[in-house]
Order: sequence, then C-alpha cells, then structure tokens
Amino acid sequence: MAAYLRSFGAHLPERVVANAELAERVGKTSEWIESVSGIQERRWARPEETVADMGVAAAEDCLRKAGIGANALGMLMVASGSGSRGFPGPAAEVAARLGLDSTPAIDLPIASAGSLFGLALAMRLAETQGDVLVVAAEKMSALIENDPNTAILFGDGAGAALVSARPGRWRLLDAVLHTDGHSREALAFDGTGPLRMNGLTVILQAARKIPASITEVLERQNISAQQVAVFLLHQANLNLLTRVAKSLGVAPEKMFANVQRYGNTSSASMLIAASEWAETNPEPGPIVFSAFGAGFHWGAIVADSTA
Amino acid sequence: MPPDSTRRQRLRILVQGVAGKPAPEDEQESLFESGLLDSFALPDLVSAIEKEFAIKVPDSDLNPRKFDSIARMDEYLAGHIG
Repeated sequence: MAAYLRSFGAHLPERVVANAELAERVGKTSEWIESVSGIQERRWARPEETVADMGVAAAEDCLRKAGIGANALGMLMVASGSGSRGFPGPAAEVAARLGLDSTPAIDLPIASAGSLFGLALAMRLAETQGDVLVVAAEKMSALIENDPNTAILFGDGAGAALVSARPGRWRLLDAVLHTDGHSREALAFDGTGPLRMNGLTVILQAARKIPASITEVLERQNISAQQVAVFLLHQANLNLLTRVAKSLGVAPEKMFANVQRYGNTSSASMLIAASEWAETNPEPGPIVFSAFGAGFHWGAIVADSTA
Repeated sequence: MPPDSTRRQRLRILVQGVAGKPAPEDEQESLFESGLLDSFALPDLVSAIEKEFAIKVPDSDLNPRKFDSIARMDEYLAGHIG
C-alpha cells in the first residue's frame, strides 16, 4: 500500500485581529498576549462566513494546485470542531458546493487533531477509495468570549490536503494515532457558551504526548529527529512548539511556525502550515506532522519527499 | 503519612530552580494561582521531579492538581516512593 501527498491548500479570512484589539477586551496587554502564546495577530471570519465557506475555499485551492477537478475525488473528509450545527456536519455542504453528488463525504468533529486523523485515515483509504481530499475548517472566533486564557489564542481559517495512491511530492510512510478520554473535560465545547480549556492540563499533557508520538513514529521508520527536514505541527502556541523541539533535541527552526500570524486555528492549523511551507519550495527530506487536542486525541505522521 | 521535611526541602529547591524565584514559605500555597509558575513551567517541574527522585510520572498522573503546591507534590511522592 502506497499513499502520497499531492498538494495542500489554505484559506484565511481577510480580517486581521491584532493583539491590541483583543487586549482591552480580555483585560491584558498586547505584550502579555504575545509572551504567553507567541501570537501577534489572528484572522477572524465575517459574521456570515461559515466553516463550509472556508472549507470550500481551501478545498478549491488544494485541487487547483493538484491540477484536478473535484469530480476526480474518491472521498472527502472535513475536520471541524466548530461547525454551525450538530448534523449534518459541514462535509455534506462542502461536498455539494464542490459539485459532488455521490462521492462519500465524512465529518471528523474532533477539533485540533482532526486533520491529523484525517490524513492518517486517507493514507489507508486512498488505495481503495481513490483520491481523498482532507479539509479542515474552523470558525473558532464563534466559540470564544472574553476569557483571556482562550480568547487570545484562537483564529479562523481552513486548510486542505490531497492524498492519493498515485505518486505525488511526498510519500506517506507511517502514522500513529492515540486517544485518552480521561481528560475529555479539560478542553471542550458544549455547543453553546464559550469553549472551556484547562490550560495547565492541556500543556502538561501535550508537552509530553506530542514528542512521544513523534518519537514513536520515527523509530518505527528508523528515522532520527535530526534527519527530519521540517516538523509541521498543529499551531497551538509558539511556546509549545519550542518546547517540543527541545524535547526532540532539534533546533526550534525545524518547527514550521505561523501561529504568530494566524493564532490557533484548531484542526485547520496543521494544513494551513503545510500549505504555506510547501509554497516555499522546501528542501527534500522527511517531514513530520503532529497534533494534539481535545479528547485528548493526538498522534504523528511521517512522510518523505519523492524528488 | 506525615510530611517529609527533607523531601519538601528538595522540592522547594526544584521549584526555585524552575521558577527562578524563591518558593513560597506556605507549602500549601498554589504555585500557579500565585503566579510563581505558568503552564509552560509545569512540564519542566515534572521533569525535574522525575530526575531528582528517580521516578517516572505516568501520563495518567499528569494532573496539575498533583503538582499545585509543595505539599501536594510531597503527598504525591509519598504515595510513589514511600
């Protein structure tokens, strides 16, 4: 079984929300926000702009870069923890707006690790389903109020990746996925009211589980962390990315980071990061994806360039 | 089990090393609510405890409440290293 990453895509809302705009609202300073998160600004969607709107835009960007039409897809996955209703989830709307009327489309409502789980599933399904488009779209600004521990962190946006059994720029080598529901209340959104997060628990668990899952998948492939060309992680917090680099014994520069400009866009962040990174004509070599979030769900994927 | 003053002194030194400031006199005082430690210092503190006391804190014990104060850390260690 072989699966490849053929392209990435992204969409970010136009509205830029700088720390200064949030500082007064949450009773903190711009400097404090940046010191605890590394975030300088984030994007917020317009009130009428939906998760599906952003998902469709990222999907179209990804398909355009791959040079294929949506009708060539064998499956669509849409990860989102911030969809506007319980069911049907945004996958059905994204599929319809891409012009699909019988292609299976499934939702992955597991927030931050959703795109990672989507990639891992697509890796296993591409051979039988055909090309799988993994989309992650989040409108996190709709889930926050004035709590400084959460309101400063989140942004809106969407990312996408096309996974195929046909050769592409990167071959997906291996994936590890994990879930531990014992801490499911540490990070949750109940459908109404603001998102709830126990930051101490989340950081304590993430700081250990992210490096552990990366090490697990790399050891299975006999690749050292030092051999990895870039780490494309869920963009939760710049301080966490730096800590993961330290735990793995790699330079912080190996962690691709755009959380400074977009904040934490939950499941979308990893694919937005991948899309931006891919546009930089990166050097060949192994790449690692990893995410951790509500659930807790976490894991890592390793891929290698084919050129 | 009564508090172990030697162990608490070792914990106090660890907290000071991670925080870069003296640990509070009150061993019941929350290290996080007082602002002495933030969320990113907590993983460092747990790692320091593991090294100092030659234990492995399992993921299932990674609950901030267990490491919230000198007293709570001492109670946790009492149950794991006797």
